[in-house]
Amino acid sequence: MESFLQQILQGLKLGGIYALIALGYTMVYGVLRLINFAHGDVFMLGAMLSIYFARWTGFGNQPSWLGLGATLLFAMAVCGAIGGVIERVAYRPLRNAPRLSLLIAAIGVSLLIENVGQLRQVFGPTPQPFPALIQTKTVAQWGSLTVSNVEILVLLVALGLMAGLHVFVHHTRFGLAMRAVAHDHQTAGLMGIPAGKVIFGTFVLGSALAGAAGVLWGLSYPVINPMTGFVPGIKAFVAAVLGGVGSIPGALLGGFLIGEAESLTAFYLSSTYKDAIAFVILILVLLARPTGLLGRKEVEKV
Amino acid sequence: MKVFWQNNMALLVVLLVVAAAGFGFQRHLDPYYYKILVDVGIAIILVVSLNLINGITGQFSLGHAGFMAVGAYASAALSVLAAGPWLNGLALGGAQKMVVEFVALGVIVIVGGVAAALAGFVVGMPALRLRGDYLAIATLGFGEIIRIVFQNTEQLGGARGISIPPPRSDFTGVYVCAVLCVAFIWRLVHSVKGKSFFAIREDEFAAATVGIDTTKYKVIAFVLGSFFAGVAGALFAHSATGYITPAQFDAVKSIELVVMVVLGGLGSISGSIIAAAALTLLPEILRGFAEYRLVVYSLLLVLVMLTRPQGLMGMKEIKLPWHRQPYQHKPVA
Repeated sequence: MESFLQQILQGLKLGGIYALIALGYTMVYGVLRLINFAHGDVFMLGAMLSIYFARWTGFGNQPSWLGLGATLLFAMAVCGAIGGVIERVAYRPLRNAPRLSLLIAAIGVSLLIENVGQLRQVFGPTPQPFPALIQTKTVAQWGSLTVSNVEILVLLVALGLMAGLHVFVHHTRFGLAMRAVAHDHQTAGLMGIPAGKVIFGTFVLGSALAGAAGVLWGLSYPVINPMTGFVPGIKAFVAAVLGGVGSIPGALLGGFLIGEAESLTAFYLSSTYKDAIAFVILILVLLARPTGLLGRKEVEKV
Repeated sequence: MKVFWQNNMALLVVLLVVAAAGFGFQRHLDPYYYKILVDVGIAIILVVSLNLINGITGQFSLGHAGFMAVGAYASAALSVLAAGPWLNGLALGGAQKMVVEFVALGVIVIVGGVAAALAGFVVGMPALRLRGDYLAIATLGFGEIIRIVFQNTEQLGGARGISIPPPRSDFTGVYVCAVLCVAFIWRLVHSVKGKSFFAIREDEFAAATVGIDTTKYKVIAFVLGSFFAGVAGALFAHSATGYITPAQFDAVKSIELVVMVVLGGLGSISGSIIAAAALTLLPEILRGFAEYRLVVYSLLLVLVMLTRPQGLMGMKEIKLPWHRQPYQHKPVA
């Protein structure tokens, strides 16, 4: 029983991170109908650049809350900027191109980030250790079930950011504009909403969340290499689809479900199958309910 | 019979030339260049068959490496369990050995292709209900599941991989398959029924409205594409190295193939051949800069999308001089 609960806790932590990444996918898909393949790599950059930041500032040597907060803010700011640049350079010129071209460009950007990152002059192909920004401590223990402060922290930060996003999307003018563009891109433009700016802002916002997810990932799985983003990126996308692409609560639900599924598969079946379970879930969902658990049903117009 | 010769003379001549060239290359060509030529041939089969799915029919598959893996492992199982020991037991020599091995390779390749086609059917039937990016991500998922299953099948070597006994796929074997694959797909899509593939790509609803069974044609394209991916997989498994691991068939491989199709031009068979050859040769030419290979790839992909989204060839084809000019397909703006 305790080992089961331990796996559930692991799954929650993992799921919180997936949910944060999934939010970026789901928001971008909402406004642009694009699977932003590069999103997983922005997440990786968040983790990777934090390593350099922590090294440079010395936060990596002295665990402190200040260091953690600063690194988190740094990762969010830098990733937000990177997301904005990607949108400007690679996606905006294709705004009126067929959607397939946009998807291929996204795959290209993803490959570019991964492969430039693997160059020796950049990050190099070898995994780098993520510094201990806070001291790992056991904060609660029941029998063999232990809860560490990292797990609590990851969950709290993830939930906090999601709550913030919810407030932002539902109670600010920009959030209203985002929802309008997601609902109907062209009509929103006719209503005087600067769709281009909204799409840009959505990228920045989603990428900032991915940056935060990168730091949380680094705290939980402290080895990062330039390919780290690929698999979690795909799984987070699966989470977004599972919850219903375009739906923010859906991304949250999907993230936690995928996290739990993966953690329980690794424990009860075999850890070699843990990467397959997300895809199995994805395919079942797509076949049974293509709009996801919480997604709106879309009528295809001819 | 006369018609048959009229239609197939050119093809037969090309096949004979390939066979003769293979014979000469094996004796007189440096093994390094020989291996590159064989790699190019395998890449051509993969890219042209993926173009049938992604370019010509307009479905977006990101799981081609998975079907290649099915072909590779099915053929590997056949070779390890039956064909290899049987050939060994015959203890042939000289010309007799060559002929028997060539025929054995043919059987092995067909078995690989059929296995992959079956997998393609099982995957395609449900997956092709999805459109665009959902199909892309579902096929990516299927490809990864196939790889992970092989990784966990200890009988086939698991993650360590499996070593494969002869016959070896030489230049002749690979290029005979490549020529047949290209000829088959070319004729298919330029036949009367083959217009349906382009129709689905241009507008699926309109195609259905004029009475095309879109599901049927999409599944046909998917199964045929998978068949040739399996053929390429079998040839790859039996190439000079004679060793395969599941990691060789990961999502990155699928994406690389998509890059080649896109660069050549979605829908252009000759474009696919050029792109397959060029992008297989490029890393060999850039050997000194091996680590920049993928950087160049990805940069090319983004730049081509930004400047020439239709790929190098677009929909155009380079035609052989004696080829009748087929129906010119004009894409609707």
